[in-house]
Amino acid sequence: MNNIGKAIKISDKVYWVGAVDWTVRDFHGYQTSRGTTYNAYLIMADKITLVDTVKAPFKDELLSRISSVVNPSEIDYIISNHSEMDHSGCLPEMIEIIKPEKVFASAMGQKALESHFRIGSKITPVKTGDSVSLGNMNISFIETKMLHWPDSMVSYLKEEQILFSQDGFGMHLAVDRIFDDENSWDIIEEETEKYFANILMPYSNLILKLLASLKEMNLPIKLVAPDHGPIWRSNFGKIAGLYGKWSEHRPVPRAIVVYDTMWNSTALMAKAVGEGLRETGIEFKILPMGQSHRSDVATEVLRSSAMIVGSPTLNNNIFPTMADVLTYIKGLRPANMIGASFGSYGWSGESVGLLNDFLKSMEIEVVGEGVKAKYVPTEADLKACFEQGKLVGEKLKAKIGK
Amino acid sequence: MDKYVCDACGWVYDPAKGDPDHGVAPGTAFVDLPDDWTCPECGVGKDSFSKQE
Repeated sequence: MNNIGKAIKISDKVYWVGAVDWTVRDFHGYQTSRGTTYNAYLIMADKITLVDTVKAPFKDELLSRISSVVNPSEIDYIISNHSEMDHSGCLPEMIEIIKPEKVFASAMGQKALESHFRIGSKITPVKTGDSVSLGNMNISFIETKMLHWPDSMVSYLKEEQILFSQDGFGMHLAVDRIFDDENSWDIIEEETEKYFANILMPYSNLILKLLASLKEMNLPIKLVAPDHGPIWRSNFGKIAGLYGKWSEHRPVPRAIVVYDTMWNSTALMAKAVGEGLRETGIEFKILPMGQSHRSDVATEVLRSSAMIVGSPTLNNNIFPTMADVLTYIKGLRPANMIGASFGSYGWSGESVGLLNDFLKSMEIEVVGEGVKAKYVPTEADLKACFEQGKLVGEKLKAKIGK
Repeated sequence: MDKYVCDACGWVYDPAKGDPDHGVAPGTAFVDLPDDWTCPECGVGKDSFSKQE
């Protein structure tokens, strides 16, 4: 084991002992352009406690950082706030090395850890409101089911006023400086937004409830320590406000045009749709799927209230990249959006109908029947696309005005 | 009327409350939920629910 990595002290008795992954770019289909961190925390209470572990290949980095503070075998408790493998991957091995007195997780966490690693019998289940004494400190738990897994929970260390928020308020961002205020706000906001869109958006209603109950509990919070990216020391209020805003999905004057193209016909149509949107003053962005990643489209969906989709017909179907992005976005359950479709075709022309069906299955309000163009759009086709953009823009403005 | 628990996420369907956010009126028994009804928290189908003992 190398002993290069050291812990970073984040409060009187708590250390960051996680791992930085500068390499990862594909996180189960989410493009992590700036890498990520797997955060774990060491609480040097009477009962020494490790909060979460890291992805399996990073075990030695975790052990090295822990060892810079204490011999890992002296750890008494491990808390597993989230069973996903980027946080639990080396939990079985850590249990072997540490031989802790207890390992805490939620009841659903116990089940998930059993299914992952067959270690359910080693887990002590805890539930919302439970508190565990660490001798001179106390840690309590709040289950956050489906934020973003059934097992998810957060832990609160009263004496140091730290909320260990697992994936909540996290972001994929590899950093050398572990606090929010030591990093560029623009990058932090962008990556937090992307993380919210790709991981938490389907559970927006639960987030609103969680924010309300956190407010009600009125816990004094000095630090919010998530499992990915920087620790919130200065800007938690700001980010909690943004979480509230993102979860509400209020209509905003912004639209996206998402398309792919084979012989540039659907691309020409996309540009005409955009010009129609421009005419109404609605801000828009055109996202060609040959050059855009689905996880970035997710962020754009979160920022927008209209999605106009375009696909050529390929062998009686929509283009595969469109099926990819629409399947992905559907799973993220976008809310309160309007949409429309367009696309070129050669002979059969099913794509527009299929796109409309897709939009409807996502509970997106479809405006118009869609615009089709045979082989190469004519002036009239492009005018129809322009009118479609304009119509969507006007509808969106009317919706915002309500 | 029996309560049903989601096997996936642990959410409990209480017939007394129904699922008004998804058009299910209070007083609707679990068996009477539409076939395409899904868990409001995690999205799994009816067949992934078990009767609460």
